[in-house]
Amino acid sequence: MRATVERSHLLKSLGHVHRVVERRNTIPILSNVLMRGEGGQLMLKATDLDLEVTEAVPAEIGQGGATTVPAHILYDIVRKLPDGAEVSLDTGEGAQLTVKAGRSRFTLQILPESDFPDLTTGEFQTRFTVPANVIRKLIERTQFAISTEETRYYLNGIYLHIVTVAGKPMLRAVATDGHRLAQAQVEAPEGAEKMAGIILPRKAVGEIQKLVEDPDAPVTVEVSDTKIRFTIGAVVLTSKLIDGTFPDYARVIPQGNDKVLKVDRGEFAGAVDRVSTISSERGRAVKLALSDGRMVLSVNNPDSGSATEEIGVDYPADAIEIGFNAKYLLDVAAQLETGTAEFRFADPGSPTLIQDAETPNALYVLMPMRV
Amino acid sequence: MSLAINGGDMKALCRDCGRPAASATPRCAACGSPRLAAHPELGTLAVAHLDCDAFYAAIEKRDDPSLADKPVIVGGGKRGVVATACYIARIRGVRSAMPMFKALEACPDAVVIRPNMEKYAAVGREVRQMMLALTPLVEPLSIDEAFMDLAGTERLHGAPPAVSLARLAARIEKEIGITVSIGLSFNKFLAKIASDLEKPRGFSVIGRAEALTFLAEKPVGLIWGVGKAMQARLAADGIRLIGTLQRMDEATLARRYGSMGLRLARLSRADDRRPVEPRGETKSISAETTFDADIADLHQLLSVLRSLAEKVSRRLKKADMAGRTVTLKLKTADFRIRTRSRQLADPTRLADRIHAVGAEMLARETDGTKFRLLGIGVSDFAAPELADPLDLADPDAGRRARAEAAIDAIRGKFGNQAVELGLVFDRPARPKR
Repeated sequence: MRATVERSHLLKSLGHVHRVVERRNTIPILSNVLMRGEGGQLMLKATDLDLEVTEAVPAEIGQGGATTVPAHILYDIVRKLPDGAEVSLDTGEGAQLTVKAGRSRFTLQILPESDFPDLTTGEFQTRFTVPANVIRKLIERTQFAISTEETRYYLNGIYLHIVTVAGKPMLRAVATDGHRLAQAQVEAPEGAEKMAGIILPRKAVGEIQKLVEDPDAPVTVEVSDTKIRFTIGAVVLTSKLIDGTFPDYARVIPQGNDKVLKVDRGEFAGAVDRVSTISSERGRAVKLALSDGRMVLSVNNPDSGSATEEIGVDYPADAIEIGFNAKYLLDVAAQLETGTAEFRFADPGSPTLIQDAETPNALYVLMPMRV
Repeated sequence: MSLAINGGDMKALCRDCGRPAASATPRCAACGSPRLAAHPELGTLAVAHLDCDAFYAAIEKRDDPSLADKPVIVGGGKRGVVATACYIARIRGVRSAMPMFKALEACPDAVVIRPNMEKYAAVGREVRQMMLALTPLVEPLSIDEAFMDLAGTERLHGAPPAVSLARLAARIEKEIGITVSIGLSFNKFLAKIASDLEKPRGFSVIGRAEALTFLAEKPVGLIWGVGKAMQARLAADGIRLIGTLQRMDEATLARRYGSMGLRLARLSRADDRRPVEPRGETKSISAETTFDADIADLHQLLSVLRSLAEKVSRRLKKADMAGRTVTLKLKTADFRIRTRSRQLADPTRLADRIHAVGAEMLARETDGTKFRLLGIGVSDFAAPELADPLDLADPDAGRRARAEAAIDAIRGKFGNQAVELGLVFDRPARPKR
């Protein structure tokens, strides 16, 4: 293979694909990026066996062919080359790839293209196209609640499924780690109405979030029983789905919580952030004491001290004292969009519902902590 | 009992009646016993190590006098290993941790008894209670041995530590019916060595004056923390005896062997500053069992796992503890040990959760491999109030937790076998104890 590529094109694409490659690999070929030159473009591809990203860049192909080289090394080389450089890639006859740009010259060990694993996809039953922004919002609002617990692998992703709300099919995203749950939904795009529920793994979620740059660019989503594919311009991301059953989350979303609190989001987040300074250790609770018109936030840490802050709120219901993990409160506060957050409590031992007063399509559930 | 001699002057004491004496005589002036302990520093030493003699076997002999003059081995079935051998069996070459078939080759007429850990633990607690009656500074090392620091108890007990200890040994013999060996010195390192010098029924003293010369001729393996690998490394450097270490300076040892070097320098010079700490902090709580016949079948293993998880859970609940890490331990038929760990999002103490996490790890290991041992443990302890919170991702967990609490309550009243999960009945047949 012999190809010449503009450095900025190559850098951008390598930037997209090389992230998929794990830094430490026991299988050498998985450290490599596949490059195939044909028909005026250079196709790059990287995989970790669960996730695969390919991208094509315009190139001058002297001689067609394909090879694989260590992804992170190639990325670092291209990154350090001067802006505007022309990069030539040549496998020649030998077992090495020669990378040349200006006066720099590198040779890299190659592995045969035939060893490179392929994430065979089979047939996609569902296909729909949405603006990148829609995908981004669904992910943003739920990503923080994805569990990292290995034991419950079926929580290590976002559950995407179709529900019918008021007669309308909606595409809903849900994530939970058992302590908090985030749910966001949009009107189901055309073609998605029949999609079966899928669990999109955390790593794929993170990569997609980084790949969508232009909010209005169309993203095509294709889904099969075991795989999902996102096509964003010249980039194609294919991921395995998590093979598991997402829990019946609807049962834990409180319906009858009648103690309603309305609070200014910014003021609340600021207060939580300040009092939680005292709770150095993970898992310490912020206590919210609510009574008519006011909320007292407090943290008591026997090792370091205590903190209290009072804010004025709209709370007409019976007084209640309830504790939450400070980080979880901040995570939720960061997702709310409008100025006013709405909390619905039942009692100090039951899940609390948090919503954005004017954004009915997203909701959050937090499990209280004993205080 | 009034003492004619104060502690500092006491040079000997009778181990049967506890009477102190100013000098060593062949027999006790009061009771005529020849069992005297004599040492110039006897009245001033306060750190002791108490070790029960052939603990499991001694208890079995106590409970069945017909075993008194027979070799007794306590251990697991016809396979498995020797847990404890009585002194008669030891004379024939039986050692702890020896595979049972080898032990029976050496001593074919031995009476083999299945361990009854609950009974031994109960006796261990009785012994511990007697120690605690002398001093709060009791640091248990295992079920049958502990360090004690009796400094400052002289006025309380009206007798120097050595006398209190001799009386303790006599009282354990009389009231519990087993014998112990006591080592008395001025630090833990030497007290532990001392208790081993004269077993069984020993009472050995290592004083400050002779500590260095005593250690000098001993092999380096005697030092706490020096195992086979370290011994080999030291031997390669020409160091076999503690005396050699005594002649090397601390800086050299530290440079060569790192933090271990410092320990070698200190301990070789009889300098051990570790205090006797009443409650060595528990790092993990676990339970394991060796099978009578190797098991490869997941269902049988799960059944055993459930019982072990319940045992661990019971101990966690009793100690009001909860941990974030669950570790599964397996030993294959060819004695390879596999351990697998899982970190949980929240600390747990529930048998339900420990079993579920263990089962998930176990399922990955059962590929037809035969196992001889299965164990499960919980570690990485956290504040108990954080344990097992309500779970949004498992709406039924709360119900199962309530069921477990109900089972615990029933077991608390009617015994551990009062309620069992169906799963537990799938366990492999096991001969009755």
